[in-house]
Amino acid sequence: MSKVIKLKKGLDIQIKGEPVNNLEHIGMPETFAIKPADFQGLIPKLTVAVGDKVKAGTPLLFDKYHPEVQYVSPVSGEVTAINRGERRRILEVVVKADRGILSEDFLKSDPLKLSGDAIKTELLKSGIWPSIKSRPFGIVARPADQPKAIFISCFDSSPLAPDYDFIFKDEANTWQTGINALSKLTTGKINLGLSAKKENRIFLETKDVEITLFNGPHPAGNVGIQIHAVSPLNKGEIVWTIQPQDVIMIGRLFLTGKYDSSRIVALCGSEVKEPKYFQFWMGGSLTGLLKGRLDRKNARIISGNVLTGKVVASDGFLGFYDSIVSVIPDGNYYEMFGWALPGFGKYSPSRTFFSWLGSKKKKYILDTNTHGEERAFVLSDEYEKVLPMDILPVYLLKAILVNDIDAMEQLGIYEVIEEDLALCEYVCTSKIMVQSVLRKGINNMIKELG
Amino acid sequence: MKVLRNWFDKQKPHLEKGGKFHMFKSGFEAIEVFLFVPNHTTKQGTHIRDYVDLKRTMSVVIVALIPALLFGMYNVGYQHFVATGQQLSFWPVFGFGFLKVLPIIIVSYVVGLGIEIAAAQMRGHEVNEGYLVTGMLIPLVLPVTTPLWMVAIAVAFSVVFAKEVFGGTGMNIWNPALVARAFLFFAYPSQMSGDSVWISLGDKAIIDGFSGATPLSQAAAAAAKPIAEVAANHGISYSLMDMFLGFIPGSIGETSKLAILIGAAILLFTRIGSWKIMLSTVLGGLFMGTILNIFAVNSYMAVPAWQHLMMGGFAFGAVFMATDPVSGAQTNRGKWIYGFLIGVFGIMIRVVNPAYPEGIMLAILIMNMFAPLIDYYVVQGNIKRRLKRAIVKA
Repeated sequence: MSKVIKLKKGLDIQIKGEPVNNLEHIGMPETFAIKPADFQGLIPKLTVAVGDKVKAGTPLLFDKYHPEVQYVSPVSGEVTAINRGERRRILEVVVKADRGILSEDFLKSDPLKLSGDAIKTELLKSGIWPSIKSRPFGIVARPADQPKAIFISCFDSSPLAPDYDFIFKDEANTWQTGINALSKLTTGKINLGLSAKKENRIFLETKDVEITLFNGPHPAGNVGIQIHAVSPLNKGEIVWTIQPQDVIMIGRLFLTGKYDSSRIVALCGSEVKEPKYFQFWMGGSLTGLLKGRLDRKNARIISGNVLTGKVVASDGFLGFYDSIVSVIPDGNYYEMFGWALPGFGKYSPSRTFFSWLGSKKKKYILDTNTHGEERAFVLSDEYEKVLPMDILPVYLLKAILVNDIDAMEQLGIYEVIEEDLALCEYVCTSKIMVQSVLRKGINNMIKELG
Repeated sequence: MKVLRNWFDKQKPHLEKGGKFHMFKSGFEAIEVFLFVPNHTTKQGTHIRDYVDLKRTMSVVIVALIPALLFGMYNVGYQHFVATGQQLSFWPVFGFGFLKVLPIIIVSYVVGLGIEIAAAQMRGHEVNEGYLVTGMLIPLVLPVTTPLWMVAIAVAFSVVFAKEVFGGTGMNIWNPALVARAFLFFAYPSQMSGDSVWISLGDKAIIDGFSGATPLSQAAAAAAKPIAEVAANHGISYSLMDMFLGFIPGSIGETSKLAILIGAAILLFTRIGSWKIMLSTVLGGLFMGTILNIFAVNSYMAVPAWQHLMMGGFAFGAVFMATDPVSGAQTNRGKWIYGFLIGVFGIMIRVVNPAYPEGIMLAILIMNMFAPLIDYYVVQGNIKRRLKRAIVKA
């Protein structure tokens, strides 16, 4: 029997709009895009120009400092635009899709018979490599590194999260193939974190892995929390992480020799008419997915979950790592005496509103209003209650604010990335931008360490 | 409501830099966000935010203070009529106290918020909510006879020197309300202690046989006499029930332990006050009280430990002052140590040095000063655990 780790701290936000287990097939989007901003710290270099014909798996960009890491087109078609922002930074490389998907040809082989280097080369060439992230810092893994282990969280505990049991139910074979390929990349183990509350249909049967069950509220499903509980990261150590959907993509690559970016995506949130799952593609334009499925116009569309996702326009593109699109109401309104009203309908984990009298199962519509202005740190023990780690988040954040590299290191900056502290930001009474502060600290650490 | 909103929107251009009312920007915005929760939306990071903000938190503390405030008002009237030998029904008694206490509260808020707004304007900041609570705490820890000009000076001193010089709410080392109290205690001792300051007499004369002394000063006075001479009650002429309910002389808000317990329940239930600090302060007080009981060389030291909780400002300090999240310890382990030592020092100062009957005030200020040190060692402990992990592995 696998080890069960019980995590008490954390919070499952009672937000409305969970997807129901129902899959709909929709037509392929007309355009696709790769967004360099999805990859922390990437300085992209273009390999294509507008008008070039590409196939699925043809490189569009590469990393200036690690040129072997390529970012490829998710579909076959024609590069129609390279959208740039301030200081000519590349925001999107847009590809107009052909009718069918034509892929570049990659090696079709049983990964167990290949060497680690061969697998690495294949992953780099096919552009799936960036789906492997490295801890510390949550950046795209560097191929030359030797990770002490690979961690995969096999459940998503974030608000409105997709149900992995449902979306991966037919993928047992590709999943195991992907795991086999990954097992060649590390001398250590592959650690799977499973939810103690779910069936874990395909995950429990995985061969050659170390399984740990986790029982507790969000962020128990965050891989950073699982690493901390199983084998905490010390200075100088590196582990790699990858999401199950990308393991399956690796599996498909070796089983078929094709680059296949299709994935099941959850469209959810209180502004969606029927929150459910759709057969979709990484990088696909959301226009067709959202059309006619939203309740109103004044809504925020998020590629990713409501805690860590990125805002996208209604004609924006699904992010590289995302398998969920959340739509919640915009909070651009004034509320008279909002802070003083009893607040029966206002969900708050803080217990300062009367909504705590209501059922713990009731779901609320939550909008993007900040509900107050930013202040200095005042309350204590707020963050600790939602962070199941032996880390003092406020002290870590203060070390970052004064840019004290030594203190950041001592207080555990290697062990956290934004998603791990996202709940701290949500509950913060002082409305501090926890995630951007943390990212600033991580970027400073990367600069310092070179 | 819409009209008001439009009016605010129309004024905004005048308050920007270069506008004719720019010097009132902070004050204007403070009023605006008081009336309307602003329309700010999340820009980066989490897309949703908890409904709670500092205004909400602070207003919950104010709500928790209301029982102590209302009872304090009633008790001011009650003590007045007992001392002058009259008997009246509830409303005149409450009304008398209300009229005595209200000016102190008004002075406290007007002076304090005035300085806060000016400081915010000078720095180009927004006005912080911290003073909402401080402004209520200060009147509650003062004797009702404190002259209004003294209240104003104490408030000005504490807001400027205990808070704004450090950078405002969230940055201060000491609890500003206690600094105001300590300032008055040391600057104007005759108006802050003794037997005559606790009861507002007006132009009436005191009746024969009424002392006006608080249980604390009675106990302290009895300490000078040999134990045998002191009555069974350690020299205190009030019943335990009176001390619990609060029908005793004392600072405005500190007398009723029942009202304070209601406040404590509100703070604990909303999880704004730290139960760790409250509990450990009480434990610390009981611990020190017991030690004094063991030695008991005078009648004050013989006062049972648990009765100390009913006297003076101990309960009020433990519930409303020690739990200040900014000036108190911020780590969970630190809170236990911090609270416990407040209890220990509070009782020790009160009993061993009768010149300072309000030991709890001084104990909290001392521990405010040591809270960062306690936290420092707790943080070091966390760092050492992390380092040890690395060595064991390697």
